[in-house]
Amino acid sequence: MSVDESTVINIAKLAHLEISPQEIPKYAKDLSKILEVVQTMDQIDTQGIEPMSHSLLQDSELRADAVTEVNNRDGLQQSAPAIAAGLYLVPQVIE
Amino acid sequence: MKYATIATLKADLAAKKISSQELTSHYLQRIKKLNPTLNTFISITEEFAINQAKQADAMIAAGKISHLTGIPLVQKDIFCTKGIKTTCASKMLDNFISPYDAHVIEKFHHDGAIMLGKVNMDEFAMGSSNETSFYGAVKNPWNLNYIPGGSSGGSAAAVAAGLAPGATGTDTGGSIRQPAAMCGLTGIKPTYGRVSRYGMIAYASSLDQGGPMAHTAEDCALMLNVMAGHDSRDSTSVKQAVPDYTATLHDSIKGLTIGVPKEYFAEGLDPQVAKVVQDAIKEFERLGANIKSISLPHNHLSIGAYYVIAPAEASSNLARYDGVRYGYRCDNPKDLQDLYRRSRGEGFGPEVKRRIMMGTYALSSGYYDAYYSKAQKIRRILSQDFQNAFAEVDVIMGPTSPTVAFKIGEKSQDPVSMYLSDIYTLAVNLAGLPGMSIPAGFVNGLPVGLQLIGNLFQEAKLLNIAHQYQQATDWHTQHPDLEELA
Repeated sequence: MSVDESTVINIAKLAHLEISPQEIPKYAKDLSKILEVVQTMDQIDTQGIEPMSHSLLQDSELRADAVTEVNNRDGLQQSAPAIAAGLYLVPQVIE
Repeated sequence: MKYATIATLKADLAAKKISSQELTSHYLQRIKKLNPTLNTFISITEEFAINQAKQADAMIAAGKISHLTGIPLVQKDIFCTKGIKTTCASKMLDNFISPYDAHVIEKFHHDGAIMLGKVNMDEFAMGSSNETSFYGAVKNPWNLNYIPGGSSGGSAAAVAAGLAPGATGTDTGGSIRQPAAMCGLTGIKPTYGRVSRYGMIAYASSLDQGGPMAHTAEDCALMLNVMAGHDSRDSTSVKQAVPDYTATLHDSIKGLTIGVPKEYFAEGLDPQVAKVVQDAIKEFERLGANIKSISLPHNHLSIGAYYVIAPAEASSNLARYDGVRYGYRCDNPKDLQDLYRRSRGEGFGPEVKRRIMMGTYALSSGYYDAYYSKAQKIRRILSQDFQNAFAEVDVIMGPTSPTVAFKIGEKSQDPVSMYLSDIYTLAVNLAGLPGMSIPAGFVNGLPVGLQLIGNLFQEAKLLNIAHQYQQATDWHTQHPDLEELA
């Protein structure tokens, strides 16, 4: 199966990625080639096999439902592109 | 001193033959001379290192010597460092300063190790050649026209060039083992969950694992002693005691059964690399090991499964880069959607965007079962194949990579040919197993790595086996000639 240009546009929209019109054919070609490799998976029947989401033998442990982090707003916001009064600034959302 | 091992430096520090400050300034000087050519560093943390060295010397003078007290190291720029830029080699994080240290960084600091700097890598650890870095390609010290491997290419090149005796790497599909192989180093990817991922910038969370890269297995054991262990801040970090990895290095390997998968020597393997790897396995026979031919019948399916699972996890993990809380933001966004889309479009490089697109596609409505679910089922089959093999053998050996390092630019325009070069390493991550690469010889002046794969939590065994090989061979003691640059 190959990926056509309208699919590329749709995926880019889902992934919130701006791609230029000139890049679309390249993505279609690259993703189609990757899918060719991915489709080698169809060589075997996997019916009845339990999917494996991770390799840990035991279930991961739940931590206690307790506050462990101290307030570090200034530290966390030092790399923010735009802040004011401890808040993150974005373009106006509601008219 | 320039290619000294961590073990030697540790002995010299303890015997007060040299101070950590002298050692640190030696490496900083060499970095300044060689880095402009090799491009291994993203940040050189000179002042920070000198301060740490002073503290380490005080610790040593007071007799408080831990595993790596006073030893200078370099850190892959994927590990968050408090107050020091952490970029993951991406334009997206070019100005990112973490408010906290990664667990691994904390452990090294606490142990008294010195951080010389943050080293280059493929952007967000996505790549096998270190060519996808926003900061440019890293050169292989063995031949400056060749790639050092990836994604931990800066780590490998730094150690191979004698800019540090050890480095951290991370391995999602081979990113410690393959650059170690291509630069003539020893590197180990521990069992998934052995080393905390807290503060290690995520690529594919069910596969990512940090580990050491150095000249010898003994040095890797010293570093892993510091890195391994439970951390409650990473819910996948396992609660299992950490052995002293140096304690079993000297155990005999007589009677060890080595499994050699026939699939690892099939079409696609460079015949000269095959010869080097087969000779290395014969050396183990001389050391008293038994060789057994085995089969990992579904290994060829690992590339398909990996290039669904890793991009799917990446597309989800990298959704956090939205141009709002940290990282790159585009100029003059016209609305919030435009801010998201252009910040991400401009902040990520081509390979990262390709993988986000692939992952988003695999997870999109209507394709989930055909790709993601199918890949997870194959993951179980691959894992079962390894368990079947480990019922008969103690360790699995084969090549780390099908070829030696390739030329810079040779594969960068063809993502699929780059992906195929990971054929021997991907399944190990999918199964969560520990894997290692050790120097085993050369082809055309470029190093060849022998891969060792162990069962879950068998790091000590792998290090023991590698150490025994390094007692009998001298591949790990050979170094590139860089004196013209120095």
